[in-house]
Amino acid sequence: MTKSILSLVLNGRPRQDAVADNVLLIDYLREVAGLTGTKMGCDGGECGACTVLVDDRPRLSCITLAHQVAGRRVETVEGAVEGGRMSRIQRGFHEKLGSQCGYCTPGMIMASEGLLRKTPDPTDAEIRAGLSGNICRCTGYVKIIEAVRDAAAQGARK
Amino acid sequence: MSELSPVKGRSSAIGAHVPLTDGIEKVTGRAEYTADLDHGDALVGRIYRSPYSHARIIKVDIDKALALPGVIAIVTGEDCDVPFGVLPIAQNEYPMARDRVRYRGEPVAAVAAVTEAAAEAALAAIEMEVEELPAYYDPAKAQAPGAVDLHEDRPGNLERDVHHEFGDTEAGFAAADIVREDVYSCGEVTHMQMEPDASLADYDAERDRLTLHSCTQVPYYVHLRAAQCLGMDTSKIRVIKPHVGGGFGHRSETLNFEIVACLLARAAKGKVRLKLSREETIITHRGRPATQIRLKLGMTRDGRMTACSCETLQAGGAYGGYGIVTILYSGALLNAIYDIPAVKFDGYRVYTNTPPCGAMRGHGTVNVRYAFESLLDQMAEELGLDAFEVRRRNLLQAPMKTINDLMVESYGLPECLDWVEEASGWAGKRGKLPAGKGIGLACSHYVSGAAKPVHWTGEPHAVVNVKLDFDGGVTVLTGAADIGQGSDTVLAQLVGEVLGLDFERVNVIANDSRITPKDNGSYSSRVTFMVGNAALEAAEKLKRILCAAAARKLEAKPEDIECLGEVYRVRGGQDPGLPFKQVVDEALADEGTITVKGTFTVPRSHQGGRYRGAGVGPSMAYSYAAVAAEVDVDEDTGLVTVERVWVAHDCGYALNRLACEGQVQGAVWMGLGQALSEEIRYFNGLPYGPNMLDYRVPTIVESPHIEVKLIESIDPNGPFGAKEASEGALAAVIPAVANAIADAIGLRIKETPLTPDRVIAATTRGVRQAAGRKDVA
Repeated sequence: MTKSILSLVLNGRPRQDAVADNVLLIDYLREVAGLTGTKMGCDGGECGACTVLVDDRPRLSCITLAHQVAGRRVETVEGAVEGGRMSRIQRGFHEKLGSQCGYCTPGMIMASEGLLRKTPDPTDAEIRAGLSGNICRCTGYVKIIEAVRDAAAQGARK
Repeated sequence: MSELSPVKGRSSAIGAHVPLTDGIEKVTGRAEYTADLDHGDALVGRIYRSPYSHARIIKVDIDKALALPGVIAIVTGEDCDVPFGVLPIAQNEYPMARDRVRYRGEPVAAVAAVTEAAAEAALAAIEMEVEELPAYYDPAKAQAPGAVDLHEDRPGNLERDVHHEFGDTEAGFAAADIVREDVYSCGEVTHMQMEPDASLADYDAERDRLTLHSCTQVPYYVHLRAAQCLGMDTSKIRVIKPHVGGGFGHRSETLNFEIVACLLARAAKGKVRLKLSREETIITHRGRPATQIRLKLGMTRDGRMTACSCETLQAGGAYGGYGIVTILYSGALLNAIYDIPAVKFDGYRVYTNTPPCGAMRGHGTVNVRYAFESLLDQMAEELGLDAFEVRRRNLLQAPMKTINDLMVESYGLPECLDWVEEASGWAGKRGKLPAGKGIGLACSHYVSGAAKPVHWTGEPHAVVNVKLDFDGGVTVLTGAADIGQGSDTVLAQLVGEVLGLDFERVNVIANDSRITPKDNGSYSSRVTFMVGNAALEAAEKLKRILCAAAARKLEAKPEDIECLGEVYRVRGGQDPGLPFKQVVDEALADEGTITVKGTFTVPRSHQGGRYRGAGVGPSMAYSYAAVAAEVDVDEDTGLVTVERVWVAHDCGYALNRLACEGQVQGAVWMGLGQALSEEIRYFNGLPYGPNMLDYRVPTIVESPHIEVKLIESIDPNGPFGAKEASEGALAAVIPAVANAIADAIGLRIKETPLTPDRVIAATTRGVRQAAGRKDVA
């Protein structure tokens, strides 16, 4: 497979890599960029664990070719940390126990980030709709909803 | 002055809402799971799986595959002739099939190659020559006369039958005013933990040593089985458990892929990363078996149960695994929740040509509880008794010993019932909701650690080391596997509580066989109770050492020293006391680094009776739960929507309130999945839709609010009174939903999952029955 240069902005930093044309975004993130926070939970597009933001919108990195995000802004869970501190969503998931085993968490956090950027003060129904593509097997989602609510409230206080 | 203040509002305080000690790693993406580990130049491992459900292997030809570029090693059943299995008495599985394959997807060979593409090409080039055998996907066919035995030592494909009778059931039924009998059946379900299976095995050919990282709940068992199957001394193997993305029982025994990874690494003389797909993870399975239950209960007019008789048939899959334990649990835990004077159990575990079943959250108890709580509810209704009332009339009088020798010392079920009745607004709802809406109740229970370990080594049931060093840090060393349930957190809390210290000083190192003490692992909800008690003992020992050191320094008697965490001082004295660090320096003088050990063993009095099979069921403490579910049934589409759930769970004492709530909510929700939509079905041995779309785990959209009340019965033997909080509530959910459907539409559905198809079938039957048709099924 031929490689071509992929240019993008990854977690705020511009970078260029020689990437084969058939490489999935998740494999680029994990194997080339070394960002293993983004998780693979299924065989493609079923569980949402691989959710990242592309130009502020949630996208499943396991069914996206790396070259499809050329020239775009890609954000992963690692990039959500600001100045060494957790984002309000990360803090919400930590403090409210929106994360148990933690495997769905990076995808949940990025999907929540996408949701709150578009809808800063979501209703519970909007939270459910925003996270409907993300499966969690530990929490029963109750504390995930509380975590997102908490994050939205922290945003409102800013 | 600040350094001489005790810690106030400790982050580790028991009884508080305490976020997980590794929560920050998880939310920032820094937590490393097996597939995330630095694998350097590791080879890609892949497994060649049987396309046949049942066949005699004539030849596995790997020559063409081995000759392909980039293929470094291939292993087959020829490379390991040592069977394994979690129960020492039932080891009948090989890492890769030898002579015979018994289910579709069973590992037959494995490849280590330099790239994914090379591994893929090698799999395509492996050829398998077989003689096909008849395959059986349901127990009736496997047990039919003339059926081929899957295992030669198990004629009739009967893995294990259990026949227990405690009390006189015949007399009990004779004394009853009504006796009712019904048949229930439950579909097979799977754990579907979020992290697909993965192992990273590194073989050092110079030293003949192996390091295995694997996503397991039981690193110790994996260690034993890897040594056994590879013929290596246990001291040459190191097993490390990284972060694990859930387990729910899937990982509570050594799984074939883990040993395959080790065999591949040794054959390739290097490092192999074996990541299974979601489909392969589902085939690896060990979930809850498809179960048929024939249940009979006797009851007096005032609602007292007089006898219970239960026949249970489980389709166990192709290999033993935990199967014997599963069928025994189904019978043993008919007891220890209600007072029933006579209980008879006949259990049958049958081999079938499907992936092996095993332990899944609520191990063995869940399907039987669905049948029991459904029939109990139906009989109460017939007698005009309220669902709460009938359960209250059959409560245990704890402390007591059940008729099958289980010791029940703490029993918060009455309080669970009281809270659920009040919180759910039961009195205004049951039988009073609009058409199509209903509310149902059910109860359940579970062990806090199996009282008898799988391996009878004579060792304590749990060991914890606590290390204190020059830096003033207290390090808890444990082999207990945190799989997301928060076991590291609760151990740090317990040690912190005894020593009065914060998480800033107390850290946990877990699951590296070179460093941490052996632990049986995270299953049967044993960690908080058993490992927690061991941690308490270790912390108390360390506290005595620190108090003695403070006494020397303060020229006082050790018994007069007051430990305030960051400060040690003479009780009632004027002296401001010594800061922790100075106490540590004094304790380490002459001694150096201090490591103390705490152990825990369930006493003989709580290890159960002396009959065959008595080892399964005993626990030092049982958790209890009551669940009410409110449903909406769309009679046109058959769709059941659970609108709200109230659950009260007796966890003894909530050491970490936040984690207990989260565990209870997770258990309830997993029960909702089995109740409404989850089922593994097979077509000619091939699972339908082995993925996360077709296997219908509820999404956030379908998941109701779950209101939790933690009931604290303060168990006399648990750490600060704590019992398990992760499994006990699951089993009640399925019958609570079924009972709610009965309240909504007046019909009882006796098969799970309670799908729209089944609801429609039941309503159609109901209409026909009402019309007096005789041909109803």
